[in-house]
Amino acid sequence: MPHPLPWYIAGPLIGLVVPALLLVDNKAFGISSNFRHVCAAAAPCGIDFFRYDWRLGLWNLTFLAGVFTGATLAAYFAPPTVQISAHTIDALRALGVRDFAGLAPQDVFTWSALLTLRGFVCIVVGGFLVGFGTAYAGGCTSGHAIAGLADRQLASLFAVCGFFAGGLTTTYLILPKIL
Amino acid sequence: MIAYFLLGCAFGAVFMEAEVVSWFRIQEMFRFDAFHMFGIIGSAIVVAGLSLLAIKSFNLRGVGGEPLGLAPKTLGNGVRYVTGGTIFGLGWALTGACPGPLVALIGSGVPVMIVALVSALAGTWVYGLLRPRLPH
Repeated sequence: MPHPLPWYIAGPLIGLVVPALLLVDNKAFGISSNFRHVCAAAAPCGIDFFRYDWRLGLWNLTFLAGVFTGATLAAYFAPPTVQISAHTIDALRALGVRDFAGLAPQDVFTWSALLTLRGFVCIVVGGFLVGFGTAYAGGCTSGHAIAGLADRQLASLFAVCGFFAGGLTTTYLILPKIL
Repeated sequence: MIAYFLLGCAFGAVFMEAEVVSWFRIQEMFRFDAFHMFGIIGSAIVVAGLSLLAIKSFNLRGVGGEPLGLAPKTLGNGVRYVTGGTIFGLGWALTGACPGPLVALIGSGVPVMIVALVSALAGTWVYGLLRPRLPH
């Protein structure tokens, strides 16, 4: 299989998930709702935001289990060989990234790196911001950038502008300090 | 339920093969060095948008007779979308993964992402706790 799967095949396939979920049972595409469902199931602690029947989200948790399974099988049978633009490699090398072999740099995303500043910020702080931000914005790349923009919702356009404002801030202001 | 699982599998496999799950691809996107990610997100929006229009024009309905479609989001003053979106964006470029890839990566070569996932759950939980005090 050619790597990466070209954008003009991958993008439309991802886009088709939106109508597919509607046709199965009028479900709205959105991955980050699952964070809320897990919190509501595991540790509601009397918090209003988690006071609902999380089983209503079972379909979405099942979908997410599929994402995990599909990605794991795909990585096993047709491992991706990421070859990014030379310009990005140069920029990252200048920041101190040395490993370009896998899906993520080993300099940052390993168990031992967790105890370094770059590993802790990228993995622990980054993960926390993803969970906090998606809950606050009411959606992530799937719910806002794809489903929301496709449905021409202004709220999603606001959210996506935020996604890029945050992403560019990290890329140009934060990563140079921590990598 | 099996339909959701299989759809998820297909989605996860495409994520992996298109390398959307890669921290490097996300960096390439935020540095505007390649069209790949923009092509994926852009064409996904176009295909999803045309599908939504088709569903609306054929007036498709669910088993209970309700029209199929996405519920409109309450805009309000938009603060939650811009602020929440920016906070997510900061994290997206750090982890190199939005929520789907975060989960996808755990079984495919970056097991430490399980720490990022637990941290994301903690982030959502803290949001739930602070929600009454945050501007929306």
